[in-house]
Amino acid sequence: MNEPDRKHPIQKLMDNPWLLLVLGVAIPSLSYTLWGWLELIFLKTAQLP
Amino acid sequence: MNAKSDSAKRICLTTGLTICRQAEFFVKANAVLAVVFLLIGGIAAILLALTRWQTVHLLPVDWFYRIITLHGINMLLFWILFFEVAILYFVVTTLLNVRLASRAIAWVSLSMMLTGAVMVDVTILVGKADVMLSSYLPLLAHPAFYLGIILVAVGTLIGVINFFATLYKAKKEKTYEGSVPLVVFGATAAAIIAVVTLLHGAVVMVPTFLHSVGLIAQPDPQWYRLIWWGLGHMSQQVNVCAMVAVWYFLATVTTGAKPLNEAVCRSAFVLYILFINLASAHHLLVDPGVGAGWKIWNTSYAMYLAVLASMMHGFTVPASVEVAMRHKGYIRGLFGWLTGAPWRNPGFSAFFLSLIIFGFLGGITGVTLGTQQINIIAHNTLRIPGHFHVTVVGGTTLAFMGLTYYLVPLLWQREYIFKPLARLQPYLFGIGIVTLSVGMSFAGSMGVARRSWDIEAAGSIYGPTAHLFLGLVGIGGILAFLALFLYVGLTVGTLLFGRRIVGRAMEDWGTPKVLSTSAGHDHPAPIQAGAGVVATVHPTQGTMVLAIVFLISFAVYYFANWKALADVWPVR
Repeated sequence: MNEPDRKHPIQKLMDNPWLLLVLGVAIPSLSYTLWGWLELIFLKTAQLP
Repeated sequence: MNAKSDSAKRICLTTGLTICRQAEFFVKANAVLAVVFLLIGGIAAILLALTRWQTVHLLPVDWFYRIITLHGINMLLFWILFFEVAILYFVVTTLLNVRLASRAIAWVSLSMMLTGAVMVDVTILVGKADVMLSSYLPLLAHPAFYLGIILVAVGTLIGVINFFATLYKAKKEKTYEGSVPLVVFGATAAAIIAVVTLLHGAVVMVPTFLHSVGLIAQPDPQWYRLIWWGLGHMSQQVNVCAMVAVWYFLATVTTGAKPLNEAVCRSAFVLYILFINLASAHHLLVDPGVGAGWKIWNTSYAMYLAVLASMMHGFTVPASVEVAMRHKGYIRGLFGWLTGAPWRNPGFSAFFLSLIIFGFLGGITGVTLGTQQINIIAHNTLRIPGHFHVTVVGGTTLAFMGLTYYLVPLLWQREYIFKPLARLQPYLFGIGIVTLSVGMSFAGSMGVARRSWDIEAAGSIYGPTAHLFLGLVGIGGILAFLALFLYVGLTVGTLLFGRRIVGRAMEDWGTPKVLSTSAGHDHPAPIQAGAGVVATVHPTQGTMVLAIVFLISFAVYYFANWKALADVWPVR
């Protein structure tokens, strides 16, 4: 049985700006920045032919 | 227009909204400064357009790169960031009926932003920072340039923190119940994206500043590009989010539209928050340091979730207008709601033109150029500025202009001067910027490089058609500049000479009248969707047709570009 006052989890997420802030900072920081940075760090020096 | 309620607040007699007097000053100050920087960027724009028009070729080479730096910084950072802080303060205090969290913090933010912006502009104009907007290392500017950008970024971040603190205050004081209004939610999404943007700005600019004063070695140029685009491109995603919030606001005040489905609209904003910032990777699609996996994941799979969000807004905003117009009796045919819309209202025309220009031109070109394979034939050509002039300028700037036609009477309590010119202004600006962008895009398709002072330096290699399109860039630039000048002139003129309207509502720019109150077949009606479940149907067939035209245009443009790629890179 559904309780009338019970919020859907997605609605809870949308009503929580702080959680959105954390996710909004974390996802691009991991996917774009950290991953890209790691790729540059582990880039091997080019060898002359 | 306004009636006094108490010393801290007043009620707007036009909208019924409560205006926080404490926030009002900072909204006004940020908005005025934004328009000043827009004018500086606009003057730079016309000089550039008349230089890229090879027949005119106005500026000498050193001033071309100086002015292109001034243009980029003022238009893409200062105009947008100052206006966005104004929007954040206005939206949160007015729609949530709460006072700004801290006047002192607002002062700190404004002072830092203004000091930084002045430092940057002066440094550019004295010829110490001819490095263009992206200022790629090893190009090096005077330390004041980097310090100025740091001050603007940190000042904006402080303004955003003040916005969040006000949001918290509203929740604590229970000034609203349930969820925040959709426009506030959109502004919150823009603020979250701004936080990521400004953090990247600090990470890249602080070491570059330290290098410019000789304290540390030069940061790696590839690293610089990676982090810098976290500032440079993400800041434009703040624009997108703020622009969409402005679309919803203007749709409501000009036609009485209400969001079709709050959950869908909010979900689209959440997709922006989570994924839109990954689009920064577009700028590194031809960089060798990052791999194909990183490029394709960030610019395609993950980023398409943000594209989905744009298409959701691109449908729900005009659909909400269609529903509102049909409610008022504009039910004739597929597009009776559109032809009957208040096209003489500059708030509506600016918003709807912004929607069409952003969606049809900016969106389609953006997704296509952001495809890794296609990008190879477009990177560093004029096609790229051709794309972002229809998103940032034809989309965001035009929407912000439309908002101004309501904000100025609301906040300054003055009626706009020369209203017929104000009604004309969005059309002139829209036509100008589309002409400029089409010229750039076609010239770029012929290989004309962006940020290039003289395409004839190595001889006549581009042919007359490319020159024709560069001429179009010049003509479009002139039209857009005239419209921008008109916008600034009308707004400043209104602040100085506009008729005072204290104590009464502003004159209506023109909102659609109700034609019929009878419930016809086009009106929303409850239907039985299943056992005991009642749903409401909304007639949005006109918007559906527009959406189908959009998708067909998208497919044609996308596959035409694959064909163009195949032509330059034949497989035998």
